[in-house]
Amino acid sequence: MAENSKQQEKNESLSRRKFLKNSGIAVGGLAVGGALGSLLPLKDKTNRDNLEVKNPRVAENYTQALMYFTREQFKMVEVATERIFPADDNGPGAKDLGVAYFIDHQLSGDWGFNAREYMQPPFFKGEKVQGYQGRLRRREIFDIGLRELQNHSLTKYKKNFVDLTEDEQIDILTDFAEDKVKLTTISPSGFFNMLRSSTLEGAYSDPLYSGNRNMDGWKMRNYPGSQMAYTEVIDKEFTVIPPKSLKDHLGS
Amino acid sequence: MAKKLPKVDVVIVGVGWAGGIIAAELTKQGLNCVGLERGKERKTEDYFMMHDELRYALRYDLMQNLSKETITFRGNEKLRALPMRQYGSFILGEGLGGSGVHWNGQNYRFLPYDFEIRSKTIERYGEKKIPKDMTIQDWGITYDELEPYFDKFEKMAGISGEENPLAGKRSSPYPTPPMKTTPALEKFRKAANNLKLHPYNRPSANLSEPYTNPDGVARAACQYCAYCERFGCEYGAKADPVVTVIPVAKKTGKFEIRTHSNVRRVLKSGNKATGVMYVDTTTGEEIEQPADIVVLTSYVFNNVRLLLQSGIGRPYDPVTGTGVIGKNYAYQVQKGNATGFFEKEEFNTYAGAGALGMVVDDYNGDNFDHSNLNFIHGGSIAISQTGLRPISNNKVPSGTPTWGKEFKANSIKYANRVLSIGGQGASMPFKHHYLDLDPTYKDEFGDPLIRITYDFEEQDRQLAKYLSERCVEIMKEMGADHIDTLDELGPYDITTYQSTHNTGGIIMGADPATSAVNNYLQMWDADNIFVVGATAFAHNSGYNPTGTVGALAYRAAEGILSYKQKGGMLA
Repeated sequence: MAENSKQQEKNESLSRRKFLKNSGIAVGGLAVGGALGSLLPLKDKTNRDNLEVKNPRVAENYTQALMYFTREQFKMVEVATERIFPADDNGPGAKDLGVAYFIDHQLSGDWGFNAREYMQPPFFKGEKVQGYQGRLRRREIFDIGLRELQNHSLTKYKKNFVDLTEDEQIDILTDFAEDKVKLTTISPSGFFNMLRSSTLEGAYSDPLYSGNRNMDGWKMRNYPGSQMAYTEVIDKEFTVIPPKSLKDHLGS
Repeated sequence: MAKKLPKVDVVIVGVGWAGGIIAAELTKQGLNCVGLERGKERKTEDYFMMHDELRYALRYDLMQNLSKETITFRGNEKLRALPMRQYGSFILGEGLGGSGVHWNGQNYRFLPYDFEIRSKTIERYGEKKIPKDMTIQDWGITYDELEPYFDKFEKMAGISGEENPLAGKRSSPYPTPPMKTTPALEKFRKAANNLKLHPYNRPSANLSEPYTNPDGVARAACQYCAYCERFGCEYGAKADPVVTVIPVAKKTGKFEIRTHSNVRRVLKSGNKATGVMYVDTTTGEEIEQPADIVVLTSYVFNNVRLLLQSGIGRPYDPVTGTGVIGKNYAYQVQKGNATGFFEKEEFNTYAGAGALGMVVDDYNGDNFDHSNLNFIHGGSIAISQTGLRPISNNKVPSGTPTWGKEFKANSIKYANRVLSIGGQGASMPFKHHYLDLDPTYKDEFGDPLIRITYDFEEQDRQLAKYLSERCVEIMKEMGADHIDTLDELGPYDITTYQSTHNTGGIIMGADPATSAVNNYLQMWDADNIFVVGATAFAHNSGYNPTGTVGALAYRAAEGILSYKQKGGMLA
């Protein structure tokens, strides 16, 4: 482990030199490139070693708590997103990637409130090509959608959604995806599509947002995450690069 | 009562590419310019945490906040237009540098055919080739007249590229050599050569090597980090107004930029503008800025909206086809493409640059015979390696479900095994495609939103199908094991991203009866107003528009300087 990290630091400082050379940053210029200095990894070897000695166990992740969902809603989302993106031979599914935490945290912010979208009346039903025209915000759609998911499970299988078998859960979600449920307030497929797209967001966004835990989403598909430069591989055959996150850019 | 400021030579509304170029050129010649920018200040240092797909690509961090202002849309005049409540088809820029901050840097010159499209189409195919309601017209300028300005823009931005054998003549080579190529791009080149097409490296504003431009601005080379479109460049390697023209204008000491300044009206007296009225959005205060010359550089939608709500120019009437403000709105036909899945190969498609690509123009403009085709013009066809980010790129072969076990397995299997070839189809104007003020929906100040009336026509459906077929031919030659392609274009849908290449509304031309501005982008109806941007396009070509916007901006700057000296109509 220690050997690996030493090697990694050596690589980093090598690639830092290469990067400086390749990018031509040494040239003078007018008011450009201000972020560059701070983008380069800082030497924090000593600090990191100290931390490892003093605190050998993995730090608790205190961000894994809820900002919006109730416990019941959270469990339903964990199960539903796992059906959409299940654990398999490739690696973890939505649950172990932290997707439900991701969605919970997103709903508590701008996205959940549709804060940067036009939400002024009047509201009219439009053509499909005119896009979403509802007055409900995403957090309200999630509330209603999850309640209806539960109702549909109770009607069809006489059980809570989370207590159904996997196949039954898939069947319930399929009914939503294909608009086979009659709802008056929201579009079942609209809710399902939101659940699906936020599952992918939670699986593959920077771990900063509480999903893609341990960058495992990226590792599964050999996505290198946030790298400063690909000048060394851009013209080469397929190359696997260990992923980095935004946190790695921050240095110490 | 609005606070009235001292008069300046020129007030510029919106500080993106067009506004930045105008500011640089005018201040170099000693004119005092004020730039009013509704968004915030931006600088390269802001892009420290830029490799964040969620924040920038999916939550549109750099884009206009739609809660304050959006557009409305309907497919035709019989329908009620409804607001674009969320982003989809195109994304609107905001803040210093405008969309120039988050473009991909794909930099083309429109074809000689484009500028004389009506004459040349009639010349080759006869007048009957043009459908009844298709309102194509010549631009009032030729490629040769515009060439020096293309050259100027490319040298300022340091465009990296190589000669395109099927394009207009160049007075000088590209300022920097083409970008690196990749195994995927080489595959495309080989296939295109086998098919007797003419592939070339896409002209790129992501620098292939360090470059110092004629203004003395030095920039670093592109690192192929794969975060261009929807992102700002943390290296300054991608030419954007903030790292090129704006610092040049600022250095003269004659350019004052006021951010958070949203212009609501162009003020006028008789047939001249007297200045603009804007709101300082940090205080809510209304401020009047008098000026000798008003330059509108605030993107297509806002340029048109400002003129209409200021009562300047003759609004377009789609029933009679008369009037000019709002006329010839056009877009692009982006859906003709082919996606190839490769079983035996993986590619470094996680890496890339916004403009990294290989292109053929054999099916663009009038580079091929349209005698037996039910459309005119065409499109560029290209493979792009802009970087496949993981949330937005989960292509699976047709027949795979969109979620669940099989979806996950296939989306991961093919994550690095998918290559796409896309056609960027030209968009012809029609009598019933136009921009006007929405009767119902308002912005944060209570001013009407701009309304788009637009749909795809038979011309577009035929073109999309044709481009798809050509893309599939190349993809087959590249050896893909499975190819998916477009079946039918369908209606124009504002919910799926296509391109932020909206054009027209204040088009240029030689005749005041059918155009709004002359070939210096000076308004026929108010000689001290210049409207600069893709608003001037009489139709949209099969290319990205920025190179042509840049050239027109340099042309307009020359016109403004000459107007400042002599006054009067320039053309």
